[in-house]
Amino acid sequence: MSVADPQIDTPQGSAGPMFDAEEARHARSQRIEGIAKWALPLIVMSLTIWGWHRLVVVNEIPHYILPRPGLVVQTLIEDWSTLYASLLITLQISMMALLVAVVGGVGLAILFAQSKFAEMSFYPYAVILQVTPIISIAPLIFIYVESKFVALLICAWVVAFFPILANTTLGLRSADHNLRDLMTIYRANRWQKLIHLQIPSALPYFLGGLRIAGGLALIGAVVAEYVAGTGGMGSGLAFRILEASYRLNIPRMFAALLLIALTGIVIFAATSLISHLALRKWHESALKTER
Amino acid sequence: MQSADRTIRPLGQRPPVLRMQNVDKTFNGSVAALRQMSLTVNAGDFISLLGPSGCGKSTALRLIAGLMRPTSGRIIWEGEQKPDDLGVVFQEPTLMPWATVAKNVYLPFRLQGKSMASVRGRIDEVLHLVGLDRFASSYPRELSGGMKMRVSIARALVTNPRLILMDEPFAALDEITRQKLNNDLLSLKAQTGCTVIFVTHSVFESVFLSDRILVMAPRPGRVVREITVDAPYPRGLEFRTSPEYSAIARTASEALMSAMGGELMEQEDHA
Repeated sequence: MSVADPQIDTPQGSAGPMFDAEEARHARSQRIEGIAKWALPLIVMSLTIWGWHRLVVVNEIPHYILPRPGLVVQTLIEDWSTLYASLLITLQISMMALLVAVVGGVGLAILFAQSKFAEMSFYPYAVILQVTPIISIAPLIFIYVESKFVALLICAWVVAFFPILANTTLGLRSADHNLRDLMTIYRANRWQKLIHLQIPSALPYFLGGLRIAGGLALIGAVVAEYVAGTGGMGSGLAFRILEASYRLNIPRMFAALLLIALTGIVIFAATSLISHLALRKWHESALKTER
Repeated sequence: MQSADRTIRPLGQRPPVLRMQNVDKTFNGSVAALRQMSLTVNAGDFISLLGPSGCGKSTALRLIAGLMRPTSGRIIWEGEQKPDDLGVVFQEPTLMPWATVAKNVYLPFRLQGKSMASVRGRIDEVLHLVGLDRFASSYPRELSGGMKMRVSIARALVTNPRLILMDEPFAALDEITRQKLNNDLLSLKAQTGCTVIFVTHSVFESVFLSDRILVMAPRPGRVVREITVDAPYPRGLEFRTSPEYSAIARTASEALMSAMGGELMEQEDHA
């Protein structure tokens, strides 16, 4: 066969000289994987919702026991003004608690890294706060703290605070010991070591803690609202769920639940994005492995 | 080949940089890591500390770097000691993964409070010396092991230190990269006239690079032999294959073996 034979030339010409059957197979499996990554979750989710719908319709389950998915969405739209106001409150408490947890957790971690004695003195309290279930402390907090908003904030903060403290403390200590020696040789002072070495080393650990704390802040806010109960003013999503359950308004419970779940997903996605943007240039976790 | 007399230097008038006088280092009150080490480092010296693990060569380096204090004896710097007197290259490249190559090399200046703009020229200069001009804005992860080591060397050179300490810098690299970096290190030395103390456990590397080899032995860590390598720089393939090179390598090996004990000596004789 001559080199100019068009039947051989065509498949090679279209994909370059290095292209062979093995690579074609590899490229195809890559493409399929790329589509499946998006399509599979969507298909399974659609099937689940459809199955839920059929279950309710076929068994004629009354809506005050299990509403159809369509009814949940309909309720979500009809009650949007109430639910949206509650969503904003829950979101506000979660985000403020997360912010205070970041400031407090990072600040305390830096203090611990600077002074062993500070760590010995205060670390036990951090652990006690972490291991005591928030639901058992919350009633006390609501007794002692007059403002309901502040009390909710404290509850959410207690839950979100520890992962940030623990991770950042670990991260500040994980700096390369040779780099630490190098800094000593160049006579870097304590702050220079902190800023140029320890804080960058701790960043991936902190961001890992942030991802956990983001979800926990929401959980803390919701749990605290349950404990606070029907307080009237400033009522978040958990309060809407409680209220709807008293009235046996099950579709609304589902609608509020859906909003809480979506909020959690958005928080997780946002913290993951922050983490990716901060680390993509240099950290192993954010690097794409070569095929 | 012959045991060196420290007062007679090939180039005569080179000023001393640092003196170690009868330095002892004992850990936990009993383990003798280093015993009675004395050494005068003159400007432009390339000194290798050669020995097996546990012979105190890294301890000697850490003492000189000021990361530990001697249990007894003295380490005296000639003249006033400044923060940029020392450059250090570790066994690992020890780069900051979050910083670009240029920022990594900038570190010693940054710690002295100098602005990037004021030292940019010097940074480009050393990156050129180690052959990494085009990688100033790359991140360490984008570089090969040998290139990372070059960045580390550039960082050690950037302040024009009076003394550069290298702690088995090429031990983790493959043989080909290692030979290339050995050649490059000698050409760097020729260009900058830097003074180096080089820790290694490779006899051949020490003979190829240094003008003085201190053979060290463990338990307790001590210097057992000092060998002068009189071959002129620049050294290349001719030196690597010369009978002189082999003879010095043999002397160094024998000194190592006899220090390690009779058992190893016998194996050497059979071979």
